[in-house]
This record gives sequence, C-alpha cells and structure tokens, in this order.
Amino acid sequence: MTKTALSVLTVLAAIVVTWYLAVAPMNIRVALDQAERAGGAIDPPSAVERREMSNWVLMAKNRDYISEGYNLERPRLPTPKQVAQELWKTTGAMVLKGRTWSKRSLIYHGWITLQSTFWGFLLGTTIGIIGAVAIVQSRVIEMSVMPWAIISQAIPIVALAPMIIVLSSQVGIEGRGFPKALISSYLCFFPVLVGMVKGLRSPTSEQLDLLKTYSASGVQRFLKLRVPASLPYLFTSLKIGIAAALVGAIVGELPTGAISGLGARILIGDQFGTPLAIWAALFAAAILAGVLVTLLDRTQQVLLRRMGMRS
Amino acid sequence: MTRETAIKAENLSLTFQTNDGPVHALKDVSLDINKGDFVSFIGPSGCGKTTFLRCMADLEQPTGGSITVNGVSAREARKSRAYGYVFQHAGLYPWRTIGKNIRLPLEIMGYPKADQDARIKRVLELVELDGFDKKFPWQLSGGMQQRASIARALAFDADILLMDEPFGALDEIVRDHLNEQLLKLWAKTQKTIAFVTHSIPEAVYLSTKIVVMSPRPGRISDVIENPLPVDRPLDIRDTQAFLDVAHRVREGLRAGHSYD
Ligand SMILES: Nc1ncnc2c1ncn2[C@@H]1O[C@H](COP(=O)(O)OP(=O)(O)OP(=O)(O)O)[C@@H](O)[C@H]1O
Ligand SMILES: [Mg+2]
Repeated sequence: MTKTALSVLTVLAAIVVTWYLAVAPMNIRVALDQAERAGGAIDPPSAVERREMSNWVLMAKNRDYISEGYNLERPRLPTPKQVAQELWKTTGAMVLKGRTWSKRSLIYHGWITLQSTFWGFLLGTTIGIIGAVAIVQSRVIEMSVMPWAIISQAIPIVALAPMIIVLSSQVGIEGRGFPKALISSYLCFFPVLVGMVKGLRSPTSEQLDLLKTYSASGVQRFLKLRVPASLPYLFTSLKIGIAAALVGAIVGELPTGAISGLGARILIGDQFGTPLAIWAALFAAAILAGVLVTLLDRTQQVLLRRMGMRS
Repeated sequence: MTRETAIKAENLSLTFQTNDGPVHALKDVSLDINKGDFVSFIGPSGCGKTTFLRCMADLEQPTGGSITVNGVSAREARKSRAYGYVFQHAGLYPWRTIGKNIRLPLEIMGYPKADQDARIKRVLELVELDGFDKKFPWQLSGGMQQRASIARALAFDADILLMDEPFGALDEIVRDHLNEQLLKLWAKTQKTIAFVTHSIPEAVYLSTKIVVMSPRPGRISDVIENPLPVDRPLDIRDTQAFLDVAHRVREGLRAGHSYD
C-alpha cells in the first residue's frame, strides 16, 4: 500500500519538476518582451533579433530575466502553482463568495459539460450494447455493421461536430444539448461495442457445450452464460467509454457559438489570449474524467466481488 | 435375460480435418451398451475416448456410421435431456457459487424452486461438499471442483451418465471413496454409466464392461465383460479374480500400444 503510494508520488513529483523546468525555456521570449517594454537591459535588445535565436541562447544571455518567466500574466506555459491558483479562483473561491453558478465559475461550466457527458454516455453505451448483442447474434449483422462502426471512428470528430450542430439546428432542434450528447455518444459507443462483442464471445467452448448437454434455449444461453461472462469486459469498456464521452462533450462545445461548458472556456481562453483560463479548464476536464472513471472502477469492484470474481 | 440397449454405435467413424491433414479420432467403432451397464473406456492419450463420449452426447458429429441413444438419434436424446455429462475439466461457471452451479441445469430444465433446493442439498451430501454451496469455485481445490461438477450432473433425472475422467485430478484416498460412492449410486439409481479413465484398477473395480481402445486411428481393441460380482467391497481389489481381469486389460492396452 505505502509502496504504491510512494511510486505514484514519485511519478507525480517527476512530472511537477519537469513542468517547472520547462517553464523557463517556454516563457523566456515572453518574459524578455515584457522586460523590454518595461525598459530593462536585454541582450539582444530588439525582438526581431531575438526571433533568430534559440531559447537556450536567450536564457544563457539573460540569466537575470529567467525568473520573470515564472510570474507572467499571459505565459506560454503557466507554472503548476499558477494553474492551481486559477483553478481555485474559478472553483472554491467562487463557492466561498456564493457565486458557484456564475458564468465565471468552472463548477458551472463543468456541470454543463457533465450533463452532456452523461447523456452522451447513456446514449453511447445503449447503442454500443445493443449493437454488440446484435453482432453476436448474427453473422450477417456483424458483416454489415462492423465495418461502418470502424469507419465511423476513422472520421475526425472535430470535423464532424460542426456539421452535427448545424444539421440539428436545421431540423429545428433548439439549443446545444442534443447535438452535444450526440457527438459525445459518437465517441463513446465504439469502445463499448468492441468490448461487449469480446465479452459476449468470451465463454469457452466447454462452457457452451455444458449448456448444449442441457439442451438450453438460445435465450437461456444468452442470459445464463453470455451476459454474466461479459460483465468484466463491460466495465472495462464503460471506463474507456465515459472518458471518450467527456472528450466528445468538450469537442461539441468547441465550434463557435458555444458560451458555456469546459470546451467553450478553452475556446474563449484561446480567443482572448488568456492561457491560464485554458489550462484551468483543461485541468478541470482531467479531474472530471478522473472522478468519473474512479466511480465506475469502484462500482466494478463491488459488483464483480459480489459475483465472486477476484479482480 | 435380455436387456434394452441404451447406446448403440455401429461402424462409427470421426475424422477431424486439421491443417496437418485428417486425424482419424475414431474408425469403425461398434459397441452396444445395455441399460444399467457400467462401461469403462480405457486407452492411451489421444485414442478417441473423449471423442467417443462426445459423439454419444451429440457434441460431435460423426463422419461415418451411426449412433443411437435410448433407441433414438444422439441429437434427439440430447434434446430430451437423456444424459448428464461430466467434462474432463470441471468447467464450473466462475461467477456462480457451487450451489448455483448445481442449480444451473435445474433452472434450465424448469424444476420447481423447492425441488431445486432439495436436489442441491442431496447431491452436495452425496459428493461430500455439504456446507460449500455458498463458496465460489476458486475457493475450492481442483478435486472439490470436480466433485461439484459430478454433483451438477447428478442433480437432474437423466438415466445415462457420461463421465470423462471425472476422478483424474483426485488423490488416491478420495478417489477410492468416490469410486465406492459411485458404485452405490449406480446400484441405487440403475443409471447407465459410460466412464473414461486412465486407471486400470479403477476400470476393473467399477465396470460391468471394460472397453480397451487404441490410437491412430482410434478404435476398440478389446471388450472385456467383467466377471466380478456386482457387490464389490474395496478390498475385492486384492483378490485373484480382480488381478486376473486387470491383467487382461493390461494385455489389451499393451497390444494396442505396439509401435509397428
Ligand atoms: N476438435 C478437434 N479438432 C481436431 N482434432 C481433434 C479434435 N478433438 C480431438 N482431436 C484429435 O482426436 C484424437 C482423439 O482425441 P480425444 O480427445 O478423443 O482423445 P482422448 O482419448 O480423450 O485422450 P486423453 O486421454 O488425453 O483425454 C486426438 O488425436 C486429438 O488430437
Ligand atoms: Mg479425453
């Protein structure tokens, strides 16, 4: 237990240290530009000349200004501390001020994204499971459906998302909710479909033979063998599916016009040149994904243990 | 006294088509098993014992000859749930407890709930696993799992029992004990039993008829009617009559093993 904690902490520490080290070269140009405007002595003094030089040379020539890179208002790469501060400012601090649901609160935007994720996940897993059941039942369905499922994942969702939004408004669907859930489910259904096909096909020939000796019906074979045998696979794919659904929901918020949701925050942060907002939204999304996957993982452990499986 | 035939194989052949060419798992095998017989199949690995049993169970389709079970085709017999099958590996469903594994055939065949409970209790006692019904398969030793799978095949009313090396994984003492139990059960229920084994003493102790098989192609090399009395205490295995039968079986095996 302590050993796992130790290795997890080691990896975390390594990431944070690398991040801090990367901030210096990433921000040196911005720091020097800022110092130039403030009238500092920089080598070389003109931005045009600096453009030709590498970050490392600039750092070597302007050692005194390296530390400036850790305190910029609009850094290329913010420090972990700046991201943490921004996150707190837009979440916990908002709650303390009683403005949890204000447009500047990431809790509000996270909630919007979470709702789309939830509907997309629900739709996606339903499609995935029904598809898998159909595919396992019939060779013909497998041959006619599976190629399309694979092709669907080869189309970049970023290209498809704006079309889905435009089309759904064309057919008179109000608001972003439905198209976002659709985009989300588009990413989510595939891992569920693939995992469930594998799971429903996981019974061994001996397990199938046993039911044959009982002269069991197809429905009995499905309910008493295929379904329980597929459950471990289902949970594994649900965990991938919910992460995919979250990505889908965020992608659905990217096309112009969206004003709420983590995806919109990322886009607005980009348009208004506020990198801290982007990073805070990114981390909020990552934390949300972590929480969702962990919840499913716990459910899986409880359920499978009750079913006598050891994992 | 003439008895009804339970299983009848005539010139039964089964050739598996594999990537390395055809494998003649069974070739021109003919055998009559009467109702109430206890028939053992013995022979070196790969001689087609499992394949023969699977043909009786309609789990494998013969490529030649014919096989009838209870006077009808193997398929019809399977559809009418004429037999219980004990696989070479226990094959318990890992997500079901021992009790629920035994309940599986009863659920499928639609036995009433109270009857299911009574039957599970009875067969668990029979294989001496009472108290283990709430345990999961992985919590049991290999031998206990095998006993559970026997209990599962005994739980429903089938008058034929097909057993593929059910005691192969057990230690000598438990094996002796289960052999005794199986004989008692057979005497009591009048079931027809086809039993695969690698052990000569086991075959001689249990059976009314011993079928010796030889490989490549799989065929029957000897059928020995066991002259021992039906009532068999364990120490019958030290008598001269027992040793004589065992000797004949060994001779049959040796003949089939000749590498010509
Ligand atoms: N599904 C299959 N496909 C191809 N060949 C098979 C198949 N099943 C069995 N065989 C072959 O048929 C032959 C007989 O196999 P079988 O399992 O009946 O032997 P066995 O007498 O039960 O052996 P053991 O004592 O090791 O269990 C073997 O040569 C085996 O390789
Ligand atoms: Mg075998």
